[in-house]
Amino acid sequence: MKEENSAGHISRREMLAGTAIAVTTLAITKVTGVEAGPEPQAVTPVVSAEVSFTVNGKVQKLEIDTRTTLLDSLREHLHLTGTKKGCDHGQCGACTVLVNGKRINSCLSLALQHENDSITTIEGLGSPEKLHPMQSAFIKHDGYQCGYCTPGQICSAVAVLEEIKAGIPSHASADLNSKVAFTSAEFRERMSGNICRCGAYSNIAEAAAEVAGA
Amino acid sequence: MNPFQFTRANTTQAAVSAVSKETGAYFLAGGTNLIDLVKREVIIPERLVDINRLPLATIEETASGIRIGAMAKNSAVADHPLIKKHFPLLSMALNAGASAQLRNMATVGGNMMQRTRCPYFYDHSMPCNKRSPVQSGPFKGQLNGPAGCGAIGGVNRMHAIFGTSEKCIAVHPSDMCIALAALDATVNVTGPKGNRSIPFAEFHRLPGDAPQKDNTLLPGELILSVDVPKNEMSKYSHYLKVRDRASYAFALVSVGVAADMKGKTIQDIRLAMGGVAHKPWRLAEAEVYLKGKEATLENFKQAATLAMQGAKGYGENDFKLTLAPNAIIEALQIATQTV
Repeated sequence: MKEENSAGHISRREMLAGTAIAVTTLAITKVTGVEAGPEPQAVTPVVSAEVSFTVNGKVQKLEIDTRTTLLDSLREHLHLTGTKKGCDHGQCGACTVLVNGKRINSCLSLALQHENDSITTIEGLGSPEKLHPMQSAFIKHDGYQCGYCTPGQICSAVAVLEEIKAGIPSHASADLNSKVAFTSAEFRERMSGNICRCGAYSNIAEAAAEVAGA
Repeated sequence: MNPFQFTRANTTQAAVSAVSKETGAYFLAGGTNLIDLVKREVIIPERLVDINRLPLATIEETASGIRIGAMAKNSAVADHPLIKKHFPLLSMALNAGASAQLRNMATVGGNMMQRTRCPYFYDHSMPCNKRSPVQSGPFKGQLNGPAGCGAIGGVNRMHAIFGTSEKCIAVHPSDMCIALAALDATVNVTGPKGNRSIPFAEFHRLPGDAPQKDNTLLPGELILSVDVPKNEMSKYSHYLKVRDRASYAFALVSVGVAADMKGKTIQDIRLAMGGVAHKPWRLAEAEVYLKGKEATLENFKQAATLAMQGAKGYGENDFKLTLAPNAIIEALQIATQTV
């Protein structure tokens, strides 16, 4: 695959041949803590490792490519496609899930970082037969248009109500020590990591206010 | 992303050993910046050493102050009773940074180690001395693009006005570090040659001729904790962050203030600025000027003038030459409750 023609370019034939070799020589090496890797070869081997975590109450054991993000492990390996990939760079919040009760961007975290963690996705919050109160409120208040960011919005909104209940202040709070209450300003600041390009923000805020009893 | 090995470290010694024996090995904490850099192939690691299992997340009172474990999450630090009580400036700065999801992932050590958000640093097709230093060595693992600085004479609205060099005008993006710089923190690290402590002001560095080096850590060194000494400045403090959006945006300019007041007189004061330099920018001359003076608009204006000496715009960021002194004055007014 490294051969070059006289013009210094890899020809199409060599490229195709190289690709075929690459496919047949893909090697899986396990992470054992020692470098027991294979002999140097034309292609970089895929490295895999094992991880075990709980998703929506069910223990999952995976052997996956070390590069797999938590998001891709949920969507591509466990087929829980409710969690969405938006920007894949931690900027949009579509991939928001709860890990040990805290909301995170699952796209910026490797699956291997989550050994023994407890993960809740939108599928774990409710089901079409038994909706979570936040899911019902989003439907009632039309808290979406295309719906792509909605699973992340709902996971995030559920966490916001918990954070307010726990008295955790935000950038919008009057000061660090006064009692935190659900207000539109508090909710909007706390939800700034979830982007909705349809612009359903007002309805999302109304849905969350209803669940918060505000 | 290129394939990489993955090691879970169970002890700090094992982590340091794993990272110091390979040039392409990196510590992986919260991952919020590193995983993004790896996805964008700005960093191409041969191994990531996961340090999330290390017992370094404690926040505790010491004889002289508060010790914050390097693996404490940003959200945990911001809401910790000891931090809210003694260093509200630190809580305010943390709450002004990133999003709630990112603050739940990002650690104190990782926040200090995050790279600039200069767009040229992330774009291999554009020149960048920070991403592609001419010299090789410890940065061998990084993908080379052209050297140079695209931001000088280019798109530089977000860039530095203090301490720049011909090689780099990038800014350090952290809010937390502005508070830690103002609060005279100390960074405790361990490495192949043992433990040492670094004053916060000496942790980050100016770009000079080696913009690829953000800080003064030696190869293989790992941050263990940050010590913040107690002071009498908790009551009068404020973190003012000016940004393009009301939330979830990097600072154009930010100002951290902590003061000790007796009546209208400033007994002691700490001032630092973000979004203006390659490192948290401490306003030492303004601090000296304000000590013992009355908290008045005139004195604040004079302090801001002193603070802005040596500032230099690069075109698109010229507005910071006006925004920064105005932000200093406003932050001082809010912190000293003299608005």
